[in-house]
Amino acid sequence: MNILVCLSNVPDTTTKVKFNGTKLETEGVQWIINPWDELALTRALELKESGAGIDNISVITVGLEDAEPTIRKALAIGADDAYRINSEAFDSFYTAAQIAELAKNIPFDLIMTGFESADYNGVAVGAMLAELLDIPSVGAVSAVNVKDGKWLIDREIDGGKEVLQFDSRVLVSVQKGIAIDPRIPAMRGIMNARRKPLNVSNPVALDSFNEIIAIELPRSKSKVKLFDPEDVQSLLDALRNEAHVL
Amino acid sequence: MSVLVYIENWDGKFKKVTNELLSYGKQIAHEMSVPLYAISLGNVADQEFAPLKNYGPDKIFVVNQGFEVLDNQVYADAIVQAVEKLDAQVVVFSQDNVGNAIAGRVAARLKAGFVSAVAGLPLSISPFIIKKKIYTNKVFGHVKINSAIKVLSLSKNTFEVIENPAAGEIVNLELAIKTSSTNRISVDKVTGKILLSDAERVVSGGRGMKGSENWGMLESLAQAMHAATGCSRPVSDEGWRPHTEHIGQTGKIIAPNLYFAIGISGAIQHIGGISSSKCIVAINKDPDAPIFEVADYGIIGDAFKIVPEFTKLLQQS
Amino acid sequence: MNFEFSEEQLMIRQAARDYAQRELIKDVLERDEKAIFPTHHLKALGELGFLGMMTSPKYGGSGMDAISYVLAMEEIAKVDASMAVIMSINNSLVNYGLEQYGNEFQKEKFLRPLSDGTQIGAFLLSEPEAGSDATHQNTSAIDMGDYYLINGTKNWISNAKSASTYIVIAQTNSEKKHHGINAFIVDKNTAGISLGPHENKMGMRSSDTHSVMFTDVKVPKENRIGEDGFGFKFAMKVLSGGRIGIAAQAVGIASGAMDLALKYAQERKAFGTEIFNHQAIAFKLADMAVKIENARNLCLKAAWLKDNHKPVDIASAMAKQYAADIAMEVTTEAVQIHGGYGYVKEYHVERLMREAKLTQIYEGTSEVQKIVISRGLVK
Repeated sequence: MNILVCLSNVPDTTTKVKFNGTKLETEGVQWIINPWDELALTRALELKESGAGIDNISVITVGLEDAEPTIRKALAIGADDAYRINSEAFDSFYTAAQIAELAKNIPFDLIMTGFESADYNGVAVGAMLAELLDIPSVGAVSAVNVKDGKWLIDREIDGGKEVLQFDSRVLVSVQKGIAIDPRIPAMRGIMNARRKPLNVSNPVALDSFNEIIAIELPRSKSKVKLFDPEDVQSLLDALRNEAHVL
Repeated sequence: MSVLVYIENWDGKFKKVTNELLSYGKQIAHEMSVPLYAISLGNVADQEFAPLKNYGPDKIFVVNQGFEVLDNQVYADAIVQAVEKLDAQVVVFSQDNVGNAIAGRVAARLKAGFVSAVAGLPLSISPFIIKKKIYTNKVFGHVKINSAIKVLSLSKNTFEVIENPAAGEIVNLELAIKTSSTNRISVDKVTGKILLSDAERVVSGGRGMKGSENWGMLESLAQAMHAATGCSRPVSDEGWRPHTEHIGQTGKIIAPNLYFAIGISGAIQHIGGISSSKCIVAINKDPDAPIFEVADYGIIGDAFKIVPEFTKLLQQS
Repeated sequence: MNFEFSEEQLMIRQAARDYAQRELIKDVLERDEKAIFPTHHLKALGELGFLGMMTSPKYGGSGMDAISYVLAMEEIAKVDASMAVIMSINNSLVNYGLEQYGNEFQKEKFLRPLSDGTQIGAFLLSEPEAGSDATHQNTSAIDMGDYYLINGTKNWISNAKSASTYIVIAQTNSEKKHHGINAFIVDKNTAGISLGPHENKMGMRSSDTHSVMFTDVKVPKENRIGEDGFGFKFAMKVLSGGRIGIAAQAVGIASGAMDLALKYAQERKAFGTEIFNHQAIAFKLADMAVKIENARNLCLKAAWLKDNHKPVDIASAMAKQYAADIAMEVTTEAVQIHGGYGYVKEYHVERLMREAKLTQIYEGTSEVQKIVISRGLVK
């Protein structure tokens, strides 16, 4: 069985974002694999290593050449091959549609995406991609396992979880808990990454629907109101009578 | 033309966020001078519908049969049919696991622009411009949607619940519902516990709590104020609490009315997960902890003394 | 000139950073406090390839360049200088010495397990009567025909207890002075080897340091490195390259302290504003930043020379002396910026200050580096 993991290249989550117009100031920004995508990849690698019958793990991204270091990191930690669609990821639909076009020619049994990207917080690429490929999708996935050649998918629901079984192609959007820690690439992996296939293709002509036309900074919050540790009653009073939240 | 809101139920009851969604949809419908419709999929008790009328739906369309298991493909297909039948121009979902899982599919089918984490009313209807949270609440983007149909998912606590009584006529909608291929082999659900994602109040602990053995006092506080419990990333990484309780950029992003951050220093990723809370209370012994920069109220001091005392006061009154 | 790192070098730096910030940080305070050797980290870092970084893949190493090594050392030392010294000894003294000067038999037998992290090595040069001055060794290695018989004591030996393979420098012929010195590969479990008590050190407390006693220890002839009398040259060559690792370690200690001080200065308030806004503090940080940048550049230059097979003795001595001295200055200032908090173990900077001190002492004191540098001036 083959797994296709969608990766997005995002600024490190500790970045203090600054904008020049609607463009992110990229000076000094460290780019990383979107944390949820990285967890998805980590789980795919765990499955492959556990002898669950995974033959190949491919990663796919929509991005320009500057996304290649993060793709190569994915190869260094164990993905078998990579696809890069040479275009900016304009919006969720554009991204999903580009991947869908390419995925038609890639053999896969499972597609994994992170539940959202840490930059645009679009939360949509996975669901859109599944719709375009006309395959089922599961969101809020907290575990993926293989049993007798079938996918066992744990989905978080309010107050608990469900286990779903799929015996054909499915897309999962994964969240925290799917894998323990992202991998640190070993040096051998880093050296091998250059030798693994990284296929670059051109985007198909498509419209994007959304464009960011302005950036607005959040209003700075008013100053914290501090209470004496000996006077807990005043905090309780403030929450009741001033903030009206108790 | 219309505005259509998908109103989600859980175990036959509408979620709390429904009133906010309807109030929000009503405002857009009003600005566009079109009716507000709501659509409910699956079996919901009759008495659940009456209160919804207060928030402005002109009609509530109901598809009662099926939908036992959340199959995103089936749900999305039904909503797409409804959008087409009702000529909806704006479709509103709730920004949560269910809403997002369906909304993306609906948008892809309708070739519609989808904006998630919506943070307010449209800034303009034509062109359609909407404010959205990006970089996990660090900034907002003003997004122009160029497609004919617009799909939105609304962040919680973005919009005031406004009473605006309307007809709210309940209409059974006849749709060709797809058969679900989803094979659910088990469900494991805790009832009676307040859900973190739906909670109006959250009590959350960080590394300052020193260990899982000290969570009792947080649970007592949570119980005393009917709150859910959460934690910061180091806490779930250490295994003191389950990952499902991790709040922050890579965990859950929440928007309760009241958030208690206890022994949480307030790393930028954690702040991202809580900054939409209405009121943030921080208790920390470190006066320089960044959590105080975002908190509305704070106490600098020993949580191990302050929390039990606060709980006691709360229980007494 | 090219100041850009390659994609691989950046990925290695990030890998070291991730491991340090994610794993080493968890128990570094406890290991320092209780002087616990980082056995489990050693295994993990070995699997990632950090223990045979520059060793050829032919002998199980990672085959990286010295630049990558410098970058990795800095990241590890930022968080945990003890781990860095264990890494440094294994990489730049033991592995480098074996790969560069050992014969094929010795490399196959000893180098491979030292490269993949299954074993570590120790380098036994210092003696009770001689530290940096290695021209005469009291430890003797008498040629007995079929084998050498080693007697004597080595002091301040890092990894002494945890290592399985020792490289021992000893005097075979005292009349020939430093031309009578040999280097031997010695299995730690050989009869006649015993360890002194664990040294209770000021810093780098998570690395194990002991004296090692040799009493009639038989070492096969095939374990001698190079020709008879090559030992002194061997030691000097190896130490010269090794200085790059210690220099990078010192840069790491300094930049680790700098990071903490900078963060603290932006959070801590005094007289109504963050202390960073007071020039007294801001200028301290500026000075620290310049010193670290200089030291880092000296390290990278020395590493570049090494990678390009150019003479490295002077450059590595400069790097080590300067980096060690500024590590001491920068960590002291970092403690000062932290005020009272800096004197408390929880805040890490006092540990970094204790660790910095050793970089001025071991693998050639700062004074010895100046001997090397000054002699180089008149060569």
